[in-house]
Amino acid sequence: MTASFQYLMPEFLKEQIPFSKMRPFHVTSVISWIVLCATGSIYFFLLYVEKFKLFSPLLVKIHFIIFLLTGIAIYFSFAFDYTEGREYFAFTPVLIVPILIGWVFFGINYFKTIYKNVKGWPVYFWMWGTGIAFMCYHLMEAHFWLFDFFRLNFVKDFAVQWKSTGSFTGSWNMLVYGISIYLMSKIKKDSNVATNKTAFFFYFLGLTNLMFGWAHHTYLLPTQPWIRYVAYAISMTEWVVLASIIYNWKHSVLKVEKENHPMAYRFLLSTDLWIFLNIILALLFSIPAINFFTHGTHITVAHSMGTTIGINTTILFSALFFIVHQIYPQFKTDRKWVRRGFFSFNISLFLFWISLLLAGGKRSYWMYVSKSGLFSEMQDLLVPYYISFFIFGIGIFVSLIIVSYPIFKALLQKIKT
Amino acid sequence: MSTDSRPYIFVIAILLAVYGFYNYVVYNTDGYVAVEKLSPMAIKGQQLFQNNRCWSCHQLYGLGGYLGPDLTNIYSVEGKGPVYIKAFLNSGVKSMPQFNFSEEEKDALVEYMKKVDETGIYPNYDAEIQASGWVKLKYRNEE
Repeated sequence: MTASFQYLMPEFLKEQIPFSKMRPFHVTSVISWIVLCATGSIYFFLLYVEKFKLFSPLLVKIHFIIFLLTGIAIYFSFAFDYTEGREYFAFTPVLIVPILIGWVFFGINYFKTIYKNVKGWPVYFWMWGTGIAFMCYHLMEAHFWLFDFFRLNFVKDFAVQWKSTGSFTGSWNMLVYGISIYLMSKIKKDSNVATNKTAFFFYFLGLTNLMFGWAHHTYLLPTQPWIRYVAYAISMTEWVVLASIIYNWKHSVLKVEKENHPMAYRFLLSTDLWIFLNIILALLFSIPAINFFTHGTHITVAHSMGTTIGINTTILFSALFFIVHQIYPQFKTDRKWVRRGFFSFNISLFLFWISLLLAGGKRSYWMYVSKSGLFSEMQDLLVPYYISFFIFGIGIFVSLIIVSYPIFKALLQKIKT
Repeated sequence: MSTDSRPYIFVIAILLAVYGFYNYVVYNTDGYVAVEKLSPMAIKGQQLFQNNRCWSCHQLYGLGGYLGPDLTNIYSVEGKGPVYIKAFLNSGVKSMPQFNFSEEEKDALVEYMKKVDETGIYPNYDAEIQASGWVKLKYRNEE
């Protein structure tokens, strides 16, 4: 919120905590929320829902300690300006080593446990396994710039940087979307959701997008055209993946099942809405002729926010409510004020998202139609949208605190007992 | 209900093989337009760009932050250039903090901006939008 306020008042705390210092904190915190919540949820499902015996409980503890200490080190790295890295991984590059070790430990534990306990994996086990394996690869790829072979050639280096971050996002999406399918099959009590051929078809389509679709981020970078042709073709299938699965599920869910997990169910329904909105946006700006006008504008930010908050966060909240219900089946989460928080979250996010789309439209107009005036003049014209963005950002924050309250309460109760 | 995993393992194996080959080609492919490699001074400038998190606010080829202007062609665009870049660096403006770069560091940053500028144009108005949805761009140094 402090960083977004600097869009309104650029000189606010500019010398003490400039935007350039706040942004890495913000980005790292968002990524940590998604990745760590997904990781914790997967461990929980394996241990307490599937009741598998983990290959090594010790590795889980080591994984936890590594991530905890590395997280602290990353924040120190930001606070004291050891930020030699690049966007998304601004921390000092040596910290990628413990992060990778943590993922490898998670991978060993995961694959060994699943291999021993499951014959014929449902699609979510494939998705989680894929997410872990590709996370390891793309975290390494994001640091290829440390080698002169990449770094000396700006276009190749820049393309690989955005290839890695695009696929890094795809990797965490594998973890999170795997969770959504897992929750669907559990809430609906129908394993067919995760074992039918359509689910696998969409999983492979998603994986193909993760591997080859990244270049829609770099259509305007002078890479070889074939890289962009491939991305264009692949990107046209993007997002249909999960939407279809959830769409098919929603129409057959029974009322009694909703009542067992009301908040988890509501959050998955809102995921459905956010997927629908972001599919339209993603498909449109994956077309180069549209991307030409939207690239580098706040429309891209709207997409990032729509997916990380609208899709990833709603799935993860659904998982958290499901987990609370597993721990305390009698714990009532479907309270009036939690429902209100849920609705105000979605309304705030929608208006936040619209503000960004409008700001992006204005910026695109300045770049490609009017082509006149200074950058600062264009920024001044965007102030009304930034005000709206700031206000609805606060709305999202407050709403999430409200819906988080029962989760924290239940988890604290668990820790105490 | 369990599934027969063998066909899926087969599909994954094929995808991974194609992906391995694809990555090998991408990593060994240069940009569309031939440009010189970054000099040691440009690399130093790039590292300064990273250390000071310039990407938080500024973009290159439309990728990066949104608080400041895109810097892809700051080196060559009319009315800007090396002197303009250097003047901005240590003075700070509305939202940009004041930096304390030495002359040598400023030269390195300018060199990096020069090398980025040589690779292409953004935003590129020399574009032809085709019926297929494709955009044909005319790059710098392209015949």
